[in-house]
Amino acid sequence: MTYLRDVGVLARKDLVLELRARDTLPAMLLFVVSTLVVFHFVLPGDSSDLAAAGLLWVALIFTALLGLSRAFAAEGEQGVIDGLVLAPSDRSAIWLGKALSILVFLGLAELVALPAFALFFGAVDGALVVGVVLADLGIAAVGTLLAAMATASRSRELLLPLLFLPLAIPIVVGGVGASVTDDPGRYVGFLALYDALFAIICWASFEYVVTE
Amino acid sequence: MARPGCSADYSGVVIQARGLEKRYGDKRVLRGIDFELARDAFLLVTGPNGSGKTTLLRLCAGLAAPTAGELEVRTERGRIGFVGHEPLVYRELTALENLELYGRLYRVAECRERIGMLLERFGLWDVRHERTSSYSRGMLQRLALCRALLHEPELLVLDEPYSGLDDDGTALLDRELEELRPRRTFVVATHEPTRVERFASSRLALA
Repeated sequence: MTYLRDVGVLARKDLVLELRARDTLPAMLLFVVSTLVVFHFVLPGDSSDLAAAGLLWVALIFTALLGLSRAFAAEGEQGVIDGLVLAPSDRSAIWLGKALSILVFLGLAELVALPAFALFFGAVDGALVVGVVLADLGIAAVGTLLAAMATASRSRELLLPLLFLPLAIPIVVGGVGASVTDDPGRYVGFLALYDALFAIICWASFEYVVTE
Repeated sequence: MARPGCSADYSGVVIQARGLEKRYGDKRVLRGIDFELARDAFLLVTGPNGSGKTTLLRLCAGLAAPTAGELEVRTERGRIGFVGHEPLVYRELTALENLELYGRLYRVAECRERIGMLLERFGLWDVRHERTSSYSRGMLQRLALCRALLHEPELLVLDEPYSGLDDDGTALLDRELEELRPRRTFVVATHEPTRVERFASSRLALA
C-alpha cells in the first residue's frame, strides 16, 4: 500500500509539473499532428493500408521519443533525482510513477493522433487501438528506464534515441502486425509478452540506474 | 591522500570507512580514506576544490557507491538528511508543495505542522505559495535546509551548507546547528572551516 501511495504521489507530481510548465504534452501533440499531416501529403493516394499503418507507428514512436526526452528534465537539470533517491521509498517507485505519467501523456497524444489518422488515412479499428495501448505500456516501461539512464549522461539528447529505437523495434513489429493483419491476436500476445518482460526488467534494474 | 582524524567507540559507530576509493572512469577522486564516526559526533571535512569532499559526502548519503574499500553507514536511508550543491526541489512547485512531496515520501508524521514550523523558522513562510523558480539562491538554500531537516534525520550530511546564505540565513543555520549538535550526527564539508569548527568533534582533511 505504501509503495502504491509513493507511486501515486510521484505520478501526481509529474502531472502537476506538466500542467504548470506545459513543455512536454503540447510539443507531443503538435509533433504528432504535424507528422501525420506531412505523411498525408507525402503518401500517394493509391497507397496501401499497410503503408499508412506503418507511418502511423513511425509518428507514434517519434512522438513518444519526444516525450521521453523531457521525462527526467526537471530531475536532471535541477538534481532533484538525488532527493527522490534519498527518500526511504523503494526506488522502483520513482520508475513506476514516471512511467505512469508518461503513459498519460502518450494516451493524451494518441487521443488526438488516432482521430487525425482516421481523418487522413482511413478507419481506426479495435485491433489498432489495442495495439497502441499495449505499445504505450512497453514504451513507458522501457522508455522511462532509458530516459533515466540518458539523464545521467552528458550526451543525453544523443543517447536516448540510440538506446530507445533499437528496443522499440519489437513494439513497432507488434504494433504494425496488430494493425494490419486479419489475425491480430498473435501480435497482441507478442506485445503483451514484451510489456510484461520489459516491465519486470526495468522495475528490477531502475535502482542501479539512479545511483552512481 | 586523507589524514584520518576520526576515531570513536566502535559500538556507537554510525559511519565506518576502510580504504575507501572512488573513481569516475580513469579519474580517481578519492583514495585510501579511513575514518569512523561515532553517534552524535560532528565530522568536519575540509580540502581544496577537487579534493573529493562532495564525492565523500555523496558516498556517506548513499547517493554513490565506492569503487573500492568498505563504507558502512549504520543509519537507514530515510533517516539521513542531505544538503548538496543543488537544493533538490522542483522549480515549478511552491516551497509548500515541495516540502509536502518530501513529507509524503519520508512519511513525516504531522507533516503540515512540521512544514509550517520549518518554513517559519527559516523565514520562508510568507513566500510558501510562490514557485521556487522565483527564489533567490539564498532562499533556495534555506528551503534545502528545511527539506533536509523535515523528517528529523539522525545523520545530517551537509555539503557547503552556508553557501548562498546572507547574514540572517547564516545566523539561522548557526542557531539550528547549535540546537541539533548534541542530538545528531553530522558530516559537514566546507571551504570555511572556521565557521563550524566549534561544533566539530573530528576533522578529515582531504588533499
